[in-house]
Amino acid sequence: MNSAPAAPTNPLALIAELTHRCPLHCVYCSNPLELQSRANELDTQTWSRVFKEAAELGVLQADLTGGEPLARTDILELIRAARTSGLYVNLITSGLPLDELKLDALLAAGLDHLQLSFQGAREETAAAISGTKSHAQKLRVLQWLKTRRVAVTLNFVIHRQNLDQLPEMLALAESSSATRVEFAHVQYYGWAFANRDRLLPNREQLQTSIDFFKSAQQRLSGKIRIEYVVPDYYAKYPKPCMGGWGRKLMLITPTGEALPCHAAQIIPGLKFENVKDRGLREIWEMSEAFEKFRGEHWMQEPCKSCDRRTQDFGGCRCQALLLAGDAAATDPVCSLAPTREKIDAILAVANNPAAASSLIPPDWLYRPNPASQ
Amino acid sequence: MTPDPQSHPRLAPGCRLSENNQQQVLLMPERALRLNGPSLEIVQRCDGQHTVQQIVTELQHIYAKAEPKKVESDILGYLALLQEQRALDFA
Repeated sequence: MNSAPAAPTNPLALIAELTHRCPLHCVYCSNPLELQSRANELDTQTWSRVFKEAAELGVLQADLTGGEPLARTDILELIRAARTSGLYVNLITSGLPLDELKLDALLAAGLDHLQLSFQGAREETAAAISGTKSHAQKLRVLQWLKTRRVAVTLNFVIHRQNLDQLPEMLALAESSSATRVEFAHVQYYGWAFANRDRLLPNREQLQTSIDFFKSAQQRLSGKIRIEYVVPDYYAKYPKPCMGGWGRKLMLITPTGEALPCHAAQIIPGLKFENVKDRGLREIWEMSEAFEKFRGEHWMQEPCKSCDRRTQDFGGCRCQALLLAGDAAATDPVCSLAPTREKIDAILAVANNPAAASSLIPPDWLYRPNPASQ
Repeated sequence: MTPDPQSHPRLAPGCRLSENNQQQVLLMPERALRLNGPSLEIVQRCDGQHTVQQIVTELQHIYAKAEPKKVESDILGYLALLQEQRALDFA
């Protein structure tokens, strides 16, 4: 029995992908393979209106991200606009374009929280993974942050190539002023999906990392808030992706398309509205793309009659497309999915060193900088 | 961990009170807590001036009908939760 679609809940977060330009070329980047060029980026005025509309819609948090958000020459106006709209301003950055003057300007403009990415605990690893010499600059940023009043998160992106550096990463975090650390195992979309065979950890590596995170959480409770995400391929049930399609957050691309998540543009046949043409509320409540996988009407079996459907919403639509060829299918990660065998085949490769070495592509696929094209 | 009664809780860097659609919220990195009644009264007093003991005493006065011991343990529990979220510093 299909229940009538409920009125959508209000989004809590706006992910503002300000640009796809970036000084790094990370092999796990969550940006789409088709990067948007600078020429079509939204201007300051349009973003300011978007922030205002977001706050009116009930959004509490803005994530200013990219690419590298500091590549925007109007970043101070954007922070001011988001803050004066009433949003909490998070900046997700590599730290590369920063100096002390710029940092002070960001804080004075109203930045609430700075999240600094780390590709490893050592320069060689960071350079190999991001294709750029970047680690030393991040350490400088950490020093500057020690004498400034701003919330700081260190985000360590974790995968097979740097899993052995977890203790070093944590030590780095403890020597900094960060009160929050995210250990984020790579999620397999975009560039990460293309480089997956070199990134996906084996079972033992994954379990060791989880044990490490849990013990760190206990030891540092009250001092550092430690959060972690694991690759869902190893799970029995899928993640409630984005908190459900069109339920909790909204992403705006550099050229103004409104998406329910980072990867949604890979789903064929979906029409995405642009904030240049429509107000945010109208897009959120009524656009075809946001309505497409809301509620339960679109579900196939086993999701359609599964008790877990209100918990995990059938998992991830983009993952269903990537691995099962159908965005409406049960997320193949689910042990109840008819396509779970595809995930098992991928895991078999990751957990068999002999087979793995013969199948891993010879070179990383580095994410290019659209500014140079 | 139980907060020291003589310590002065205050909101950690980047943590602040805000309002959206008539709802008071405590905003922090990638998280928001709705504040109503007692939770709002507690957070408003986390200003670096009130001691934990003063917060307890003032709330026991406001919620005079409630069992004082329960008010105290609720407050201490909530402050500990906020500290774990890294929303509070204790000086």
